[in-house]
Amino acid sequence: MSDRFDPRTARAEVAMAGARSVTAGVLSDQPRKDVVRNTMFASVLFLAVAIALAGMFWLIADSVIDGAPRLNADLFTQQNSSLPDNAGLKSAIYGTLWIMAFVVLFIVPIGVGAAVFLEEYASKESRLARAVEVNIQNLAAVPSIIYGLLGLAFIARGPLDLGFTIMTASITLALLVLPIVILVAREAIRSVPPSIREGSLALGATQWQTVRRQVLPAAIPGIATGIILALSRAIGETAVLLPLGAATFLTSDPSGPGSSITAMPLVIFNWVKQPSDEFRVLAAAGIVVLIVLLVAMNSFAIFLRNRYEQRW
Amino acid sequence: MQASDIAASGPAALTKPRLEAASPRYGERVIYYLLAGCAAISVITTTAIVISLLLPSVDFFGEVSPGDFFFGTDWGPTFEPPAFGVLPIVVGTLSVTFWSLLFAIPIGLGAAIYLSEYASRRARRVIKPALEVLAGIPTVALGFFGLVVLTPALQSIWPGFLGGEPAIFNALAGGLAIGLLIVPIIASVSDDAMSAVPGGLREGAYALGATKAKVATKVVFPAALSGIVASIILASSRAIGETMIVLLAAGNTPNLTFNPLESIQAMTAFIATTATGDIATGSITYKTVFAVALLLFAMTLVMNLLSIRLVRKYREVYE
Repeated sequence: MSDRFDPRTARAEVAMAGARSVTAGVLSDQPRKDVVRNTMFASVLFLAVAIALAGMFWLIADSVIDGAPRLNADLFTQQNSSLPDNAGLKSAIYGTLWIMAFVVLFIVPIGVGAAVFLEEYASKESRLARAVEVNIQNLAAVPSIIYGLLGLAFIARGPLDLGFTIMTASITLALLVLPIVILVAREAIRSVPPSIREGSLALGATQWQTVRRQVLPAAIPGIATGIILALSRAIGETAVLLPLGAATFLTSDPSGPGSSITAMPLVIFNWVKQPSDEFRVLAAAGIVVLIVLLVAMNSFAIFLRNRYEQRW
Repeated sequence: MQASDIAASGPAALTKPRLEAASPRYGERVIYYLLAGCAAISVITTTAIVISLLLPSVDFFGEVSPGDFFFGTDWGPTFEPPAFGVLPIVVGTLSVTFWSLLFAIPIGLGAAIYLSEYASRRARRVIKPALEVLAGIPTVALGFFGLVVLTPALQSIWPGFLGGEPAIFNALAGGLAIGLLIVPIIASVSDDAMSAVPGGLREGAYALGATKAKVATKVVFPAALSGIVASIILASSRAIGETMIVLLAAGNTPNLTFNPLESIQAMTAFIATTATGDIATGSITYKTVFAVALLLFAMTLVMNLLSIRLVRKYREVYE
C-alpha cells in the first residue's frame, strides 16, 4: 500500500493539495447569510467569556487601587486594632497559619485514606460504595454556613466541647474541604493504570504494599493538586467561622490550638463592615493580599497538574 | 516448605499449589479497617449535620407551628413580640438567586460553548485557568466588590424610566456578585458535558451541511442537555447557600419583595448574623437559626441530588 501511495512524495503532495482545494472550493461556498450568522454567534460567545474575565479584572484592579495606600509593611507587622491607622493583619495571619497547619494534618491522611479505600478496597458495584460516593458529592455542595453551625453545635459545644478555639476552626474547615480532597485524590488514583497494580500483585506484593509503593507514588501529583485546592478554599472561607465566635479584634497573636479564633478573611470582613472609609481602604488592601495568596496557590496547583500529569 | 515435604505430599499437592499467604497478614486487615474508617468520616459528617440541625428544629416546631413558620409573612424572631414567618427571607434568597442566574446562565453557557466548540487549544489554555482563578476569588472579596463597586456603578447608570434607584444594600448587586462566582461553575461543568459529546455527532451534522453555529446549538447543546441542566442546578444550589456576598452587598432587612433595588435579608445572612459565638443554646433564637438552616439544607440537598443524578446520566450515555 505504502509503495503505491507514499504521502511524502512530491507527486502525492501536489495531488493532495489539488484535491483539498477542489473540495474546499465546493464546500466552503456557504451562503452569505450563514457566514454572517456564524460570525455573530462566535462574537456573542466570545463576549460572554470577555464579560466574565472583565468582571474578575475589575474586581482585582479596584481592590489594588483602593487598597494601594495601605499596601505596605505595616499591614503585615501591625496587629488588628479599632483604630484604622494602627490596624494590620499580623494576628490574622498567625491565626490563618495555625488553622491551616491543623487542617493539613487532618485532610491529608483522612482524605487520601478515604480515596484509597473507595478506589482500591471497596467493590465498585456495592450499594454502600455508591451511597458513600453520592454522600461525598453532596457534602461538597452543602452551604458552608451549615458547616459553621455543625462546628457550633457539635465541635465548639456539644459532644466534642472544644470551645471557640483554633482547633475547632481547623476541624470544621477540614470537614468542609475533605470532599474536595477525596474527589480529586480518587481521580488521581483512578488514572493509575490497572496493569501497574496487577504487575505488583503478580510479584507477590500484598494489596497495601501495592498501594503504598506503586499506586500512591504515581498518584502524588494529582493528590497534591487536590490538597492545595482544598487549602486555598479553606483559606478564603469566612462563613464557616462566623458561628464559631471568632474574635476579630484579637490584640494578641494566636499561639496554638487552644487560642481564640482569628483569620484573614474574618478580619477583612469586619473591616468591610466598619463605616469609616479608612477601614474600606484597609479591607481592600487585605483583599489584595488574600487574592495574591490564593492565585499563587491555585497557579501552583495547576502547574503541578500540568507538569506532572502522566500519560500512561 | 522443605523439599522433603513436597516429596511426601505427592503429585496431587504439586498440581494444586496453595494460594493463601504464608502468614495471616493481620497488618493488612488493620489497614483495611483504618482506611474504611477514613471513608466512614464522610458518612459521620452527614449524620452529624442532620442530627445537629434536626434536634433543635424539632424543639422549634414544638413551640412554633409549622404553618406559621412556612406561610407567615412576618419575620422578626428577635423582636418583641417575635414573628416566625420565614417567607420574607426565603423570598430574599430566591430573589438574589434569580438575579445571579439571570446574569450567570447566558455568560456561563456562552463561555462553555465557546470553550468546547470554538476556542483554539491556545485560547483554552489561557481561558480555563483564568476561569479557575475567578472560581477561587474569596467570597468576602466578591461581597466587598458588590458593596463598594457594583452598587455605586448601578446607581450612576440606573435609567430613570425604570423608577427608583438601587439602595446602598440591594438584591441586584448581591445577585450580580454571586453571578460572577457561579459563572465558572456553569462554564466548567457545561464545558465538560459538551466536550463529552462524541465527535461523530458533530461530523454527521457537518456532513449534512450544517454550519458551525447550527452544530453547536442544534446538535451539541441538546446532546449535552442533562449535563448543562446539572451545572445550572449546582450553580443555583451554590447561590442559595452563599453567605458572605449577600451579607455584605444585599443587606440584612427582612423584606417580602422581589424588587431588586431594595435591601433584603437572605436565609444565610440571617443565620450568619444571629448564630454568633455568644448565642445561648436552647433559646428560641438558637432553635430558629437551626430551623432556618434545616430548610436551607433541605433545599440545597434536593438540588444537589438532582444534579448528581443528571451528571451520572450523561456520563452513562457518552462515556
